[in-house]
Amino acid sequence: MIPVLFGVTVIISSLIYLAPGDPARAALGNQADAEAIQEVRADLGVDDPIYVRYVDWLTDVLQGDMGTSIVTGEPVSAMIAERLPATLELSIVAMLITFIIALPLGVAAAVRQYSWLDTGSMIFAIFWLSMPSFWLGLILIFLFAVQWQIFPISGRADSFLTLEWLSYLALPAFAIGARRAGLLTRLMRSSMLEIINEDYIRTAKGKGIGSQAVVYTHAMKNAMIPVVTLVGLQVPLIISGSVIIEIVFAWPGLGRLLVDSVLRRDYPVVQAIVLVYSCLVLVANLAVDVSYTYLDPRITYD
Amino acid sequence: MLRERIRTAGINLKGTLRAIRDSKVPARVVQSNAGLLGVALTGTLILVAVFAPEVAPHDPIAQNYDATNQPPSLEHPFGTDRFGRDVFSRVIHGTRWALGLGISILVFQILLGVTLGLVAGYYGGLVEAAIMRLVDVMLAIPGIVLALAIAGMMGGGIFPLVVALAAVGWRGFARLVRGDVKSVMEDEYIEAAEAAAVSDVRIMLRHVLPNASASIIVYATLTLPAVILQVAALSFLGMGVNPPTPEWGAIIEAGRDQLQTEWWISTFPGLAIMITVIGFNALGDALRDALDPKQSRPL
Amino acid sequence: MKRGTESVADGTVADPILEVEGLRKYFPIQGGILNRTVGNVKAVDGVSFEIGDGKTLGLVGESGCGKSTLGRTVLRLHEPTGGRIRYRGTDITDASKAELKRYRREMQVIFQDPASSLNPRLSVGKIIREPMHSLTDWSREKRHARTVELVEEVGLGTEHLGRAPHELSGGQQQRVGIARALSINPRFVVADEPTSALDVSVQASILNLLNDLQAEYDLTFLLISHDLSVVRHSADRIAVMYLGKLAEVAPTDRLFESPKHPYTKALLSSVPRAGPERMEDRILLEGSVPSPENPPSGCRFHPRCQEYIGPVCEEDEPVFEEVADGHRCACHHYE
Repeated sequence: MIPVLFGVTVIISSLIYLAPGDPARAALGNQADAEAIQEVRADLGVDDPIYVRYVDWLTDVLQGDMGTSIVTGEPVSAMIAERLPATLELSIVAMLITFIIALPLGVAAAVRQYSWLDTGSMIFAIFWLSMPSFWLGLILIFLFAVQWQIFPISGRADSFLTLEWLSYLALPAFAIGARRAGLLTRLMRSSMLEIINEDYIRTAKGKGIGSQAVVYTHAMKNAMIPVVTLVGLQVPLIISGSVIIEIVFAWPGLGRLLVDSVLRRDYPVVQAIVLVYSCLVLVANLAVDVSYTYLDPRITYD
Repeated sequence: MLRERIRTAGINLKGTLRAIRDSKVPARVVQSNAGLLGVALTGTLILVAVFAPEVAPHDPIAQNYDATNQPPSLEHPFGTDRFGRDVFSRVIHGTRWALGLGISILVFQILLGVTLGLVAGYYGGLVEAAIMRLVDVMLAIPGIVLALAIAGMMGGGIFPLVVALAAVGWRGFARLVRGDVKSVMEDEYIEAAEAAAVSDVRIMLRHVLPNASASIIVYATLTLPAVILQVAALSFLGMGVNPPTPEWGAIIEAGRDQLQTEWWISTFPGLAIMITVIGFNALGDALRDALDPKQSRPL
Repeated sequence: MKRGTESVADGTVADPILEVEGLRKYFPIQGGILNRTVGNVKAVDGVSFEIGDGKTLGLVGESGCGKSTLGRTVLRLHEPTGGRIRYRGTDITDASKAELKRYRREMQVIFQDPASSLNPRLSVGKIIREPMHSLTDWSREKRHARTVELVEEVGLGTEHLGRAPHELSGGQQQRVGIARALSINPRFVVADEPTSALDVSVQASILNLLNDLQAEYDLTFLLISHDLSVVRHSADRIAVMYLGKLAEVAPTDRLFESPKHPYTKALLSSVPRAGPERMEDRILLEGSVPSPENPPSGCRFHPRCQEYIGPVCEEDEPVFEEVADGHRCACHHYE
């Protein structure tokens, strides 16, 4: 994990070389005076050799200093600290929605293979998966906020864990979660099917244990292993989804800050956000690896 | 195992190879309902893209201030936007952008990913470790985030869009190809070629790659819809194709503020994206099943 | 094919084309958190032999004993871990890839599984021409002419040239493999179980083909097989391999008449013979081949040996030494 994170920092710090022309001028605009540009150039380390710039930046980051925004002059770490909770909250609730939809539906589809429920879940999966999430977000706003006025159009509540909080969160979290639930339903189904057809489940059935009990006690825990794998794979996808959904719903999270900063060429902010997102992915992967050992005692990491 | 299977979309190389040699594959693709749907949808889309100027009743960019914001009618099946442009014609021309950009990006992803995967799998050792570490690193950065950063840093527009999505999407191909190459390398004809002192490049291109190509084709078909979605997303965010170009994501973005009153502007391009994605996914799934009837598992 | 034994008194072969000395090939086993090497599979562990020019050395042993690895290492298809390989007097153990190319012209290989050794995406003609393309400067016309000549020589017709390998039978595929190996007129060929993947009915014809080609081109063979009867048919001398080491080497007739090593005796007794056979004559090998990762101490054969003579078998590794003219054996019985 550490070497991977190290590699991520190399990629992030080389992003600035993609900028055409002078990155300082690009950020400050053509009217900026030479002195201000020189200052920003020095701040970005554009004139230093590539490795000096990298080492400087990495040392700062390791000390918790992510620099200051070229545009607002605010410290980047403060900007991120302000936005991160909103993104975490949205992603976690989206993930919960994914599982609330996908787990029961996937298990049911597997237990009643080829039933209308199975076919229905398949069509559901294809439907959500093929929908652009930002478009789904717009449709949700149009239907639930504008036409029927059940939920607010956009933004985030000031309160936490209240009904108001939930009403703001509902649509964006559903827009992210429903799409991911499509794939997860299919995977949960095939994973369950594989396990249901394994010998020990048949043995358990043969011993006269009721088939419901078999499904929930024996099969579920084993079916969870691939599901946990999937959680790990879902995290980057949910994060990717959240970036666009934050724009659609004017959600004040990291994704919106990223898009705004990219459009404003605010390099220090962009670099820091990409780093934070990557850390989220890596931490999620680590959590997945740890939970394997709980679900399957045969897996050990030596 | 499962992680690998998900990332390679459930494609099984050896089974696929056995089947690709028999000519009944096209027949088997069409046999399933999904395959038939896929062939029909993608075929229609390609025809529409090629003959867009003939299919579209109006110029997709021409403004007409006498007919702004009109609801769908016989004259304008999908209505008009605030500049009086015919949404139907814009959606039709959008097919060109979606398929054109999607396929170009896919080609770059394949070139990059297949080359790196091939080199990694063929040489093994340190070369492989370095390349696969790079893949791990790239996988740690969420795709859209990296694509946004790259496209944004480069200033936005079509070329940065292509570069950004190619840079993000090669990872999957590299993983898939490296695994397949490793399995092909176990075959004795590779040793036979080595015994004949055939050069590395020739072994890779003549012996390894052709025998690993079946799964690349399936994976590419399944990747195209994802790329099309990404192109639309980046354009929607203002980081890709810019107005007035009739690109679906850009059209949706342009109609976003009018959703309440002129719902048709954003709705139809969204449906077009859905149909395209469903079509290519169905084709890819059917192709995988037809090439490898025994091994494949639906995801 | 057999032209009498030409072994000289000191146990070596006269006029050797290939000399192998103390050859070792270990495959590292990776494991642990940093993928460190935690052990070695000692597939070939100190093997010495010679092959006389124009002769056939048969190499026999149970599957997994390292005989295929030995064949490939001799050709430098695997990098040797230790020991020396000399081809016509030149040490090729450390030859670079470019230097090796010179020897590849003279050293070829025929594989066990013809289905796997032919690229399924190439036509028969292209497969046969490949070595000529990379190893000779022959013109296109010459390569094509040679291909036509070869297919006929191995008993196929020109109509097969355009076909894909999977359109041929196993025997025909093996003929393609032979034509490919012979296309550049090699002098030394490693034939790795050339018949074991084939139907019994075609095995003899492939062996006869190899014999005819040997006579015609004056070829030297290293013929690898798990089947003593296959080797008996063609080899001048036979080497018996057990768990990465040679147990016994002798001229074919001698080996069959008076085998020395208990393992050889066991192998010989399992060869079906014509005529009445008494069950008690057969020596049954007990147990399975131990792991080459962690071979038994002393004599590697001692856990399965019928002629175990005491602790010496478990403690000391027997020396591979001369027991008679051109006959070497590694067993404490003969020390």
